[in-house]
Amino acid sequence: MSVMLDLFSVLAVLGGCFFFVAGTLGLLRFPDTLSRLHALTKADNLGLGLIVLGLLPRAGSVLGGLKLVLAWALVLLAGAAVSQVIARLAGREGPAP
Amino acid sequence: MSGAWLLDGVLLLAVPAIALASLLSRRVLPALAAFVAYGLLLALVWMRLGAPDVALTEAAVGGGVTGVLLIGAAARLLMPAAAAPPGWPLRLLTALLCLGVTAGLAVAVLALPEPAPTLAPQAAEQLAATQLGNPVAGVLLAFRAIDTLLEAVVLVIAVIGIWGMAPDGAWGGRPGPVQPRLADGSVALLAMLLPPVGIVFGIYLAWVGADAPGGAFQGGSILAAMWILAWLAGLVRPPRIDSLALRLLVVAGPALFMLVGLAGFVVADGFMAYPAAWTKPVILLVEAALTLSIAVALCLLVAGWPMRRARA
Repeated sequence: MSVMLDLFSVLAVLGGCFFFVAGTLGLLRFPDTLSRLHALTKADNLGLGLIVLGLLPRAGSVLGGLKLVLAWALVLLAGAAVSQVIARLAGREGPAP
Repeated sequence: MSGAWLLDGVLLLAVPAIALASLLSRRVLPALAAFVAYGLLLALVWMRLGAPDVALTEAAVGGGVTGVLLIGAAARLLMPAAAAPPGWPLRLLTALLCLGVTAGLAVAVLALPEPAPTLAPQAAEQLAATQLGNPVAGVLLAFRAIDTLLEAVVLVIAVIGIWGMAPDGAWGGRPGPVQPRLADGSVALLAMLLPPVGIVFGIYLAWVGADAPGGAFQGGSILAAMWILAWLAGLVRPPRIDSLALRLLVVAGPALFMLVGLAGFVVADGFMAYPAAWTKPVILLVEAALTLSIAVALCLLVAGWPMRRARA
């Protein structure tokens, strides 16, 4: 059982790392602001989400797990809101995306 | 341990790199973005050094509050026709002064005796007398309380200085530019969803400071951030600066701290000494008042000075 949980943790965290690397690559390589934001949100939402999911079995207590999920939810909220602001500014200032 | 080594290595490379990026950037906003990222990375460095109290302060004050203040300053600088950049003699002089400060700091750090002199064992030994669980809180509010008092007073003076920028006719009005009310959009949503969480967390951080990493400055910064968010969304308006309640809130923390300090002459051994049986309740009371005053002062620093003629 614990081996299965460890395997689950490793796979989920590795998956999260993959999305972070992919998101960073997109941030560096994509041509315009909106595509770069699109890449970045994948890193925030899926990358951090998978890492939190992988760490949940190791949180030790229900409260610790809830704190991890809360951290993820707050990052989701802030990330989504800030992306909207940046996208709106980019649409107003730059050439049409 | 190899994982920790890797993390330290990445931090060691990333912190100077982002500091350089902030210094070398020719435009203001990218330089500020790099500065905020630098503050957050530095917070991680403090965590790796085993100093969570400093890390929290660095993230909240160094990255967050300072970043917001600098962005506000940059926005005010960019508003009118930007002044011509300083000529090369002034830039050379600035570079020389900065190099001098850096070199002085480097010499001071390298010249420290080995092992560095420390008062940590004495502080840890006496901590039980303060009934606090967090040695950092013990140093800040008992052993070196005068430093903390002066820090809180500096904030009050900064608020007075900012209010002093008000043009004659605007004195007494509401500080800062008018924020139009955002009916929808992501900032309005964030300003409604985040404060309930942030206010609880800010109060928690100030409360837990007695026994664990946290404290008045960290909690106050988060409380201030929540108000600033609601202000930017146009949901709240700052009170007029001639409001007595507002002024009392700004000075409440330092004033209570000073009163407690003076009372030490009568009920304990001297200035800023606490009566033994009451140490912890008094410290908690002072910390609560400080948190409130710091939060209000930070909000006022970000809001700025009254700009429009006050309606009589």
